[in-house]
Amino acid sequence: MTDMAQPMTSIHQSDFSRARLRRRYARERNFKIMSVSALGLTGIFLVILLGSIVLNGWSGFLGTELRLEVTYSDEHIDVENPANGNFRMIILDALRERFPEATERREQRALLGIVSNQGIYDVREALLDNPSLAGGSLELWIPAATEVDMLNKGYVDRSAPEELRLIDDRTIAWVDAFDEAGDLATVFNWTFLVSGDSREPELAGVGGAVLGSFWILLVTFVVSFPTGVGAAVFMEEFAPKRRWVDVIEVNINNLAAVPSIVFGLLGLAVFLNVMHLPRSAPVVGGLTLALMTLPTIIITTRAALKGIPPSIKDAALSIGASPVQVVSHHLLPLAMPRILTGAIIGMARALGESAPLLMVGMVAFVVDLPSGPTDAATALPVQVFLWADSPERGFVEKTSAAIMVLLVFLIAMNGLAVYLRQRFEIRW
Amino acid sequence: MHPNRQPMGDRDMKSRVLNLVLAAGVSTLTAVAATAQDARDTIRIVGSSTVFPFSTAVAEQFGRNSEFPTPVVESTGSGGGLKLFCAGIGFEHPDVTNASRRIKSSEVERCAENGITEITEVMIGFDGIVLGNSRDADRLSIDIPDLWLALAAEVPDTQGNIVANPYTMWSEINDSLPAVAIRVMGPPPTSGTRDAFVELVMEEGCEHFEAVTMIEESDEERFESICASIREDGAFIEAGENDNLIVQKLEADPDAFGIFGFSFLDQNINKIQGSMMDGVEPTFDNIATGDYPVSRSLYFYVKNAHIGVVPGIAEFVAEFTSEDAWGPFGYLADKGLIPLADHDRAAMAASASSATPLSM
Repeated sequence: MTDMAQPMTSIHQSDFSRARLRRRYARERNFKIMSVSALGLTGIFLVILLGSIVLNGWSGFLGTELRLEVTYSDEHIDVENPANGNFRMIILDALRERFPEATERREQRALLGIVSNQGIYDVREALLDNPSLAGGSLELWIPAATEVDMLNKGYVDRSAPEELRLIDDRTIAWVDAFDEAGDLATVFNWTFLVSGDSREPELAGVGGAVLGSFWILLVTFVVSFPTGVGAAVFMEEFAPKRRWVDVIEVNINNLAAVPSIVFGLLGLAVFLNVMHLPRSAPVVGGLTLALMTLPTIIITTRAALKGIPPSIKDAALSIGASPVQVVSHHLLPLAMPRILTGAIIGMARALGESAPLLMVGMVAFVVDLPSGPTDAATALPVQVFLWADSPERGFVEKTSAAIMVLLVFLIAMNGLAVYLRQRFEIRW
Repeated sequence: MHPNRQPMGDRDMKSRVLNLVLAAGVSTLTAVAATAQDARDTIRIVGSSTVFPFSTAVAEQFGRNSEFPTPVVESTGSGGGLKLFCAGIGFEHPDVTNASRRIKSSEVERCAENGITEITEVMIGFDGIVLGNSRDADRLSIDIPDLWLALAAEVPDTQGNIVANPYTMWSEINDSLPAVAIRVMGPPPTSGTRDAFVELVMEEGCEHFEAVTMIEESDEERFESICASIREDGAFIEAGENDNLIVQKLEADPDAFGIFGFSFLDQNINKIQGSMMDGVEPTFDNIATGDYPVSRSLYFYVKNAHIGVVPGIAEFVAEFTSEDAWGPFGYLADKGLIPLADHDRAAMAASASSATPLSM
C-alpha cells in the first residue's frame, strides 16, 4: 500500500499540481461567494420592497375619530320624519358650542371640515335607531376628515410655514383642543376592510375590491377548472396519438406564455362586443382570466396524470375497468392534489392581474359592494392602481395598505397550495 | 395510505364533486347569458382621467343622498370615452362621458351615425396646467415663448433658420432664467393634459417667432409640426399618466420641472411650487379669473336618449350642477375644480336641466 501511495502523493505535491488545486479551491470559494451574494441581494430587495410597503401602509389600517356631543334640537329635526333632518347643522352646532369663536361663514365651513362627511350619516343613523333621542343629546365618536387624520398620524410638518401645509394653524388649534380634552382617538379602521371605494381617503375601503376579486376568482375557477381538467384528461388518456394532437399541445404551451393584456383584448372583443355581457362585471373579468388560467391548468393536469405509474392503470384495466372508470376512479383522484396545487397557483396569478381587467372596463370607481357576478365591481390590484393615481395625500397609505391586503391573500393561496402538496401528494 | 386501499365511498364522492363543479360551470354561463340583456339601473360614466376625480366625487355624493345606486365611473381618457359614448344607444353603452376638451365635430358625426343625435353638453369648470418644481429650488418665472423654445423639437436660430433645438440650459434661452439643465417631465401623447399643453403653450408660443409664422403661408403642415412637436432628445421626459409619480420625482430632483394638473399642485403645495407663467402664479383665484394663461375647460356629455330610461340621470346632472357641488365653496372646489363665473354657472345649470341638445 505504501509503495502505491508514495508516487501518488508525489504527483499531487508537484508545484503544478498544487497550483491547480489552489485554483480549484479558489473557484469553489468564488462560486459560493457569488451564490450567497445573489441570495443576499434578492433578500435585500425583498426586505426593501416589503419594508417600504409596510412602513407606508400600516397607518392605513388606523383611523382618527373625534368625540362630539350632538343635540337633536327641534329646530333641525322633523319629529314626524326623522330621516329628513338637517344633520349637517346638528354637527355644526355641536362644533360651534365647543369653539364659539367661529362665527363667520367661512370659518364655520372650515370648522365643519374637520369631521368626515360620514359624520352626517352617523348622526342620522343614531337617530333612526333610537327615535326617542329627538330633542335630547348624545355623545358620538365621528370619523375625522382626512387632513385631521394626516395631522394625527404625523404626516403634517407642524414647523412648516402655514401656507405650505394643507391644514392651517386655526384648524390645528381646533384639533389640539380635541386632543387635550381626550376627545380624539386613533382607532382600528374597520371601514377600510368592509366598505367600498370612496373619494374621501378616510372612508375608502377595500371591501368592494375584495368582493369583486372573490366573484372574479369564483367565475374563473368554475369555468377554467372543469374545462382545463377535461381537456387534459382527453389529451392524455383518450386522444389518438396523431399529428393534430401535437399541434394542439404546442399551441397550449404557447398560450401559457402569451402576455395577459392579449387575453384582455380577446375578452373585450368576444364577451363585450359579440356576447354583449355587461361592462365592468366580474363575470366578464372572470371569463377573461379563465382563458388566461386555462393553459396553466391543462399543463399541470397533464403533468400530474403523467406522474402516475402505468401499473395502476394497467391493473385497473386488467381486472375489467372501463377507460372512463380508470380515469374517474383511479387516475383523477390520485392526481387531484397536484392538479389542485397547479390550479391554486394559476388562481393566485389571476388574483394579481390588472391589465386584462382594464380592457373589460373593471378599472372603475365602484362604491356599492357587488352582490353577484353581474354587478359592477373592481378587483384588488385595480384598486391599488386607482388609489396610486389619486392626488389626495391620504391615499398614499391606503395604496400600501391595499397592497398588504392583496399580499395576505396571495400568501394564503400559495400557502394552501404548499399544504395540499405536502399533505396529500403521494410519492411513488 | 396506499392508493388502492382508498375506500370506495371516497372515490365516489370525488367524482360527484367533479360533476357538481361541471354543473355549476354550465349553469353560471347560462345565468350570465340570461342577465346580459336585462335593463340596467346604474348610471355608467366613462371618459377623461382629469374629470375622473370630480365625477367620482359627485357620483359618491349622489349615491348617498338619493335612492339611486351609485353611478359607476370609468377612467378611459377623453377620446376613449367619446368613442364608447358614441357607439350607440342601449343599455350596453355608457350614459355620460367626461372630457377635458370639447367634443370634436368628427365625434359628433360618429355619434349621429349611430343614432345619437341629441347630446347635452355641460361645461363644469376649469383646470389649470402647471409647470412646477421642488420647493428646494428657486421659483421659475417664464414667458410662454421661452417655454416653447425650451421644449420644441425644432426652433429658429439667430439667422431665422429652423434647426434642431440646441438649448441645453435654461439660461441659454434667457439670461433671467436659472443656469440649470433643461429637464422637464410631462405626460405622454395619450393624455388629455398633453393635448391641452400642446394647444395652450406650444401652439401659442411658436406664434411669437417670425421665422416660424412665415412658414405658415407656404407650408401649413410643416408649420403645425414645428409648433406642436415636443423635443425627443432627453430634455423632455415622458413620465407616464400618473401625476403623483411626477410629483415624487420632482421632490427627489430639485433641478427638474414637471407638467401636471393644478389639483396635484394644490394637494402637494408643501413639496412643490408652480412656476409663474407670463408673470402670473398658478393659484385658484388666478385660474378662475382667467389671468393664468394655461387653463382649459372641463366638460361632461349626456346622452339625451338615455334620460328617463336609465333611472337617475336627470337627478345626477342636477347634483353635478348644484351650488353645493360645483360652486366656489362646493365640494368639487375642495377637490381642485376651478368653478365657472357665477352667471355662466347659472346659464349652464339651466341648459343642463332642460337637456338642451348640443348644436355645432
